[in-house]
Amino acid sequence: MSPLARFTAWAGLAILVAVAVLAPILLDGPAGRIDPANALLPPGGGHPLGTDELGRDVLARVLVATRLSLGISVTATALGVALGVLVGALPAVVGRRAARLIGAGVNLAVAFPALLLALFVAAITGGGVYGSTLVIALALAPVFARLTQTLAASVQGAEYVAAARLLGVGRARLLLRHVVPNVAGPILVTAMIGISGALIVLSGLSFLGLGVQSPDVDWGVLLNQALNRMYTNPAYALAPAAAVVVGGLVFSLVGDALAVTLGLQPPPPRRGGRTPRRAAAVGDPGGALVHAERLAVTVPLPNGADVRAVRDVTFTVAPGERVGVVGESGCGKTMTALAVAGLTGPEARIGADRLEVLGEPLPPGGRGAGRRLRRTLGTSLAFVFQDPLGSFNPVSRIGGQLAEVAVVHAGLTRRDALRRAVTRLADVRIADPERVARRYPHELSGGMLQRGMIAMGLMNRPRLIVADEPTTALDVTVQREVLALLDRVCGETGAGLLLISHDLAVVAQTCERVLVMYAGRIVEDLPVAALTTGPAHPYTRVLLASVVDMATDRSRPLAAIPGRPPDATADPPGCAFAPRCPRAAGRCATELPELIPVGDGHRAACWHPIGDTA
Amino acid sequence: MATPTAAPSRGRYLARRVLRLLVSLWIVLTLSFLMVHLIPGDPARASLGLTAPQELVESRRAELGLDRPLPVQYLTYLGDLARGDLGVSFTSRLPVSRLIGERILATLHLAGLALVVVLIAGVAAGLLATVVAHSGRHRGTDLAFSGGSGVLVAMPEFVTAVGLVAAFGVTLRWLPVAGLAGPDSYLLPVLALASGPAAALARIVRAEGLRVLDLEYIRTARAKRLTRSRLYLRHALPNCLTATLTVAGLTLSSLVAGTVLIENVFAWPGLGSAIVSSITQKDYPLTQGLILVLSGIVLLVNFAVDLLIMAVDPRSALGEV
Repeated sequence: MSPLARFTAWAGLAILVAVAVLAPILLDGPAGRIDPANALLPPGGGHPLGTDELGRDVLARVLVATRLSLGISVTATALGVALGVLVGALPAVVGRRAARLIGAGVNLAVAFPALLLALFVAAITGGGVYGSTLVIALALAPVFARLTQTLAASVQGAEYVAAARLLGVGRARLLLRHVVPNVAGPILVTAMIGISGALIVLSGLSFLGLGVQSPDVDWGVLLNQALNRMYTNPAYALAPAAAVVVGGLVFSLVGDALAVTLGLQPPPPRRGGRTPRRAAAVGDPGGALVHAERLAVTVPLPNGADVRAVRDVTFTVAPGERVGVVGESGCGKTMTALAVAGLTGPEARIGADRLEVLGEPLPPGGRGAGRRLRRTLGTSLAFVFQDPLGSFNPVSRIGGQLAEVAVVHAGLTRRDALRRAVTRLADVRIADPERVARRYPHELSGGMLQRGMIAMGLMNRPRLIVADEPTTALDVTVQREVLALLDRVCGETGAGLLLISHDLAVVAQTCERVLVMYAGRIVEDLPVAALTTGPAHPYTRVLLASVVDMATDRSRPLAAIPGRPPDATADPPGCAFAPRCPRAAGRCATELPELIPVGDGHRAACWHPIGDTA
Repeated sequence: MATPTAAPSRGRYLARRVLRLLVSLWIVLTLSFLMVHLIPGDPARASLGLTAPQELVESRRAELGLDRPLPVQYLTYLGDLARGDLGVSFTSRLPVSRLIGERILATLHLAGLALVVVLIAGVAAGLLATVVAHSGRHRGTDLAFSGGSGVLVAMPEFVTAVGLVAAFGVTLRWLPVAGLAGPDSYLLPVLALASGPAAALARIVRAEGLRVLDLEYIRTARAKRLTRSRLYLRHALPNCLTATLTVAGLTLSSLVAGTVLIENVFAWPGLGSAIVSSITQKDYPLTQGLILVLSGIVLLVNFAVDLLIMAVDPRSALGEV
């Protein structure tokens, strides 16, 4: 909600209140003076909206009616809120069985249209000012009962309430001191919106002749009288109609504004522009599966700052090669994987001197991929995501989700594709694949789903498999199986692998080469074998030291890396690891080290590499 | 490793919904029975007016069965209802069931047609708005959609109706504004009834669509390199449906209530115009019957929506046990 909308809300409220208070005092004359000689005049002269059937000024009548319309709406809402809160809070004080009964009753009443409830009550009370107030209060109460119930339930589960209960605070006191203050905000906001609902129901009832009765006048009564004079003075009807709409809008706006003021709703995020910083240059398609030069990914934050998730990353993946990317969370490894697969979200900005996958240049941002590129990526690049349950569409069956790939890209019929899906599920060692293919994602375990995700990648012939933390969400025993499966699949198909993990042990077990990332940059690129013989970058050393295995000496504290990774929105001049680095000295804090060769197939970005072999 | 088959939980979900429907129907029945008893003072006197002779009041008391003990009245009421007997209208002296039978189709046609318009227009506009908002381009179109739909949602249906009458009936004189005669007399009432709910639905579809498009399985679908239309229609849309249908269900029941207002604006010969006149004329048997039927329609609609949600979203049966 913009500041302007908030200002409009409060200004609108002030004007409405002023009109409700002043109009009956100042405009009693023109609104009440009966002058049959000037009946049903069109707008003009002394009457901006014309006159009614008795010659009274329409505008004055509409303004004077504000008091009754708003008065009843506000009073009725207050009554409805009080009643609703009372009923809604009851389950907290009565026994469990009574509470369930009340809950069920409230649920039933909420599903019932307020107007129908109001008609029912109106049939009993017969309208009038007081009758209508009661009718609307009763019709609104269920909404607030339900809201109170929901809020109270969430508050009751909160820790501070549990603590108060442990201290022996009584039920009534608990309700008054702990529950009520915490539910008051949302209820106040909803009450404002409730007033606009009350206004609409009241106007509807009065319009039908079941609410306020003449000679009392509210907007609904005026609208009813005007409808019959529509052909002689249309402006007569439009004035009260507009009043109802404006009144309703103002109170909903006030509700929204109040929510922002009370801090119940964050102001909506602004989506940043997404013009690419630099288009990816087209180059000759070398033999590499991935060829990235000076790749950068920037994601705008709602507050306007930019997160520079990936900065100047250069690397290649050769055909059949298995490359691991490791680093702490937030180091940019997942963004790198997504950028390579052309799967970053629409808000991310991608720039690169060169970004080619499977020999094809990627368009910036992964958008507007042409038909040919889509087919190449769809058939030859498989992506395995971190959270297997979240990554399957919850409303369609596993078999269908696998088959879709072959239907879309290989032109198979649905039946053939489903048959292939079952075969692939069997290939990833899923028992009873035909039954599993008919299951929905939520009916399967995480390990099963991750196998299914790998099987999905195998539906066509992948040349590159990108796996983003494929085992993080799984149990340890299942982790080993999934890694072994990835290993076997790569071996059998000859596909290359880009494995993203925060776990150096996982990468060492599966890959040939490791890229170590820190603060959006590759700080070291080394063969897995070199991990044991000696990494050159101090960061890789500490990362290695924090790996826990059976040989770890448990009598000593676990190795942890002191300090925290730098703010991803900041852009310090020197090496990003310098503040945490034991070897930092001299230019480390002021000059950025380039990623340069330090050995055979070994690169590092460090001013003081360990065991300087170059 | 698969969890037990889904069939039993679906069966249980269904059983719960049927139970809820029956209990609700019973509550509505009982409330409509109690209506006459809740009227302050003597309902027979109230319906006849202060000047009516005492013997007339006594005979009406007998007609309403008020001279018998309450439990007997309740059982008689339920028994009559089972035979489809809703009593006799005070004003027309005709059976209430017959009066309702004559008018129910007009209301159902109106509400049904409005529903079709709401679903088609609401979902289509919502999807378009989702695509526009997600692309991040066309900020102006997105803002126009939010503003325009917001105003439509805020307009009560009877105000829309009055506006439409003023514009098309009075000023342009293109369309009939009263009664049911020929297909063109449907146009304004349906439009008045449908515009608000359609706008509300479109807003929900847009909000849900944008939420769903940020989820992980949509990334999976993008990783499959599907066409945009397949991505939106096959993967995103079905996942918006649960929330959409829930809201559509609530809209639908308010649509039934909305017919009451709309019918009175357009002099539509349906249940809604009948209920208002029955209340003002204190024709209690007719009011009772009409409230019963309108509430029954609302309950059945809610039940149907629950079933639909179960069919569309296999998870709903699990969450609700």
